Amino acid sequence: MNNVIVYCEITEEGHVAEVSQELLSKGRKLASDLGIKLEAIAIGNKLDNIEKDILPYGADVIHIADDKRLFPYTTLPHAAILLKLFEEIKPEIALFGATSIGRDLAPRVASAMRCGLTADCTSLEIGDHTEAKTNTTYKNLLYQIRPAFGGNIIATIINPDTRPQMATVREGVMKKEFWPAVAKPEVNKLDVAKYVNDEQFVVRIIERHIESQKINIKNAQVIVAGGYGVGSKENFDLLFDLADVLGAQVGASRAAVDAGYVEHERQIGQTGVTVRPKLYIACGISGAVQHRAGMDQASMIISVNTDPNAPINQIADYTILGQVHEVVPRMIKYYRQNSK
Amino acid sequence: MPFRIIVLAKQVPDTRNVGKDAMKADGTVNRAALPAIFNPEDLHALELALRIKDQINDAEIVVVSMGPGRAAEIIREAMYRGADRGVLVTDRKFAGSDTLATSYALSLAVKKLAPFNVLIAGRQAIDGDTAQVGPQTAEKLHIPQITYAEELVDVNSKQITIKRRLERGIEVVRSPLPVAITVHSSAPVCRPRNAILVMKFKHARTTTELQEETKDYTELRLYRPYLNIEEWSVEDIQAETEKLGLSGSPTKVKKIENVVLQRKESKAFTADDKDIDLLMQELMASHVIG
Ligand SMILES: Cc1cc2nc3c(=O)[nH]c(=O)nc-3n(C[C@H](O)[C@H](O)[C@H](O)COP(=O)(O)OP(=O)(O)OC[C@H]3O[C@@H](n4cnc5c(N)ncnc54)[C@H](O)[C@@H]3O)c2cc1C
Ligand SMILES: Nc1ncnc2c1ncn2[C@@H]1O[C@H](COP(=O)(O)O)[C@@H](O)[C@H]1O
Repeated sequence: MNNVIVYCEITEEGHVAEVSQELLSKGRKLASDLGIKLEAIAIGNKLDNIEKDILPYGADVIHIADDKRLFPYTTLPHAAILLKLFEEIKPEIALFGATSIGRDLAPRVASAMRCGLTADCTSLEIGDHTEAKTNTTYKNLLYQIRPAFGGNIIATIINPDTRPQMATVREGVMKKEFWPAVAKPEVNKLDVAKYVNDEQFVVRIIERHIESQKINIKNAQVIVAGGYGVGSKENFDLLFDLADVLGAQVGASRAAVDAGYVEHERQIGQTGVTVRPKLYIACGISGAVQHRAGMDQASMIISVNTDPNAPINQIADYTILGQVHEVVPRMIKYYRQNSK
Repeated sequence: MPFRIIVLAKQVPDTRNVGKDAMKADGTVNRAALPAIFNPEDLHALELALRIKDQINDAEIVVVSMGPGRAAEIIREAMYRGADRGVLVTDRKFAGSDTLATSYALSLAVKKLAPFNVLIAGRQAIDGDTAQVGPQTAEKLHIPQITYAEELVDVNSKQITIKRRLERGIEVVRSPLPVAITVHSSAPVCRPRNAILVMKFKHARTTTELQEETKDYTELRLYRPYLNIEEWSVEDIQAETEKLGLSGSPTKVKKIENVVLQRKESKAFTADDKDIDLLMQELMASHVIG
């Protein structure tokens, strides 16, 4: 059997993106389960030290395509490099971040290879499958598990016949974990001219304004999250105050983001960030499946809601029946008075 | 030869308003309980097409939708808002297609409409949220792609300039034509129906719909050919059957589960000052905070 490969996205600062490191961590486990190798591919410009960002996650082989035309990312050259490389190494599994780049690139590659691709997986596992009709058993397939139908159902998708088995995963869904074994990976510097031709650079970038990530709620230990029930941008300031005194980050539901109360980067859930804090304080959030998908692994959940039957209350450890703008100031006051 | 803009539009169940009756007891989706709507981002795609048409002399917009007979509804809706004609790609053999098989069928339909200048799709359809069909169709047609379009910057007969919306910023890119574009929800909303166009197209029908109708509009269509919504089958687009439907779909659904709430034992408090103080005290004592 061939290997697992992770497409490593390069950030503005010239590092491997966190989502890719998370995928390397997951890819490492899948590769070990299957007894195969983990490979990584980084495509960009000035990648001299890029191995350093990949090494800790246990890649056995690191492919590097380094050329000044390869950063910023454009679709066709990156796709061409992957297609030729995949032809050479015939990976068993290929993983991409479900980012602006991964969701642009992976379908293009999957289509050219005529193989299956599952977007936005929330879990990846190895398992067998028996085709009822033909009674054929497929061993060690990649189970690509994802919410479907607006999050109302969870589907397990497989690709029995085509390779690689391709999937995209959002940032924060997989856990970033160092791989304890220190191995010396093989570094394979690709001769870029053999992988791309000039015609693939037809789409030109005229202008770019990319901000570095300012808000990072993914790794917060305590999160104060607000929903539509917070009622206004002004009331959201109360949540920022509470977060301030607790040393917490502020998160939000999609309804709160859509209402313009806070920035999109704070959205938690299926189409936002996945978080695993020690404490999650949900203020005026009903707890729709799509929201729970991003926060139900919090160790402790407190819900502040005027509706005793809000679905969020069913997964909460503590429920407070009441108005956000009354409860939150009281919490701040108590904490200020009683913390050292 | 007109400047041809093709818009890919899908009719989808409205998964945003899933009520309790939308899930059957066995955990599967009761599609019949969900209203069928124009996929939201495909309306943004249509608006982009209309804006291109506004800037180009002699441009036409063709809406292509693949789906069951009733999907003709969204083609008419597109006509009321400014599309010139529509094609419904429909055949039982398409049933069960994943994004790869769908993009194969759509790419053949688009080829049949060639030459074309711009192909526009929504970023993603709300029933699957895959965002794959646009790029996959582009690949099958061997044309470049611009994803997550937010704004039309400039277009002429040779090239187009588009502002893209990315996670943490924007990018302005320029591509020669033909090109495939997918449109982000942050792009301008679609202009409303136009009363004159509603009058013009309200009798637009597919052949199948005509047969089901009590009143006969056949004659009307002889001198108003634009009332014809074309219907294309597998044979019409010359597709290979094994590349369609379940056999043409590399992804298989192994299992579907309903999302169940893992109910926890919870402690209930009121908004009373005393209650809140008690809760805070408990949290601080157990070092969850502080
Ligand atoms: C494909 C898809 C993806 C989605 N992705 C996400 C996602 O990633 N993240 C996400 O969050 N949502 C997502 N959604 C939306 C999700 O379905 C819900 O619509 C959303 O989470 C609801 O947000 P909410 O709980 O803030 O608002 P509501 O459902 O309107 O709930 C407001 C809550 O506030 C309470 N309330 C009202 N006033 C007060 C008050 N004064 N004090 C206290 N409580 C009060 C109400 O009782 C209610 O429980 C997605 C939906 C779809 C279809
Ligand atoms: N059956 C279809 N008919 C027409 N267009 C489609 C169809 N399926 C997908 N599309 C287009 O592809 C986009 C992305 O769909 P998806 O990959 O399913 O999220 C949609 O917004 C549509 O523009």
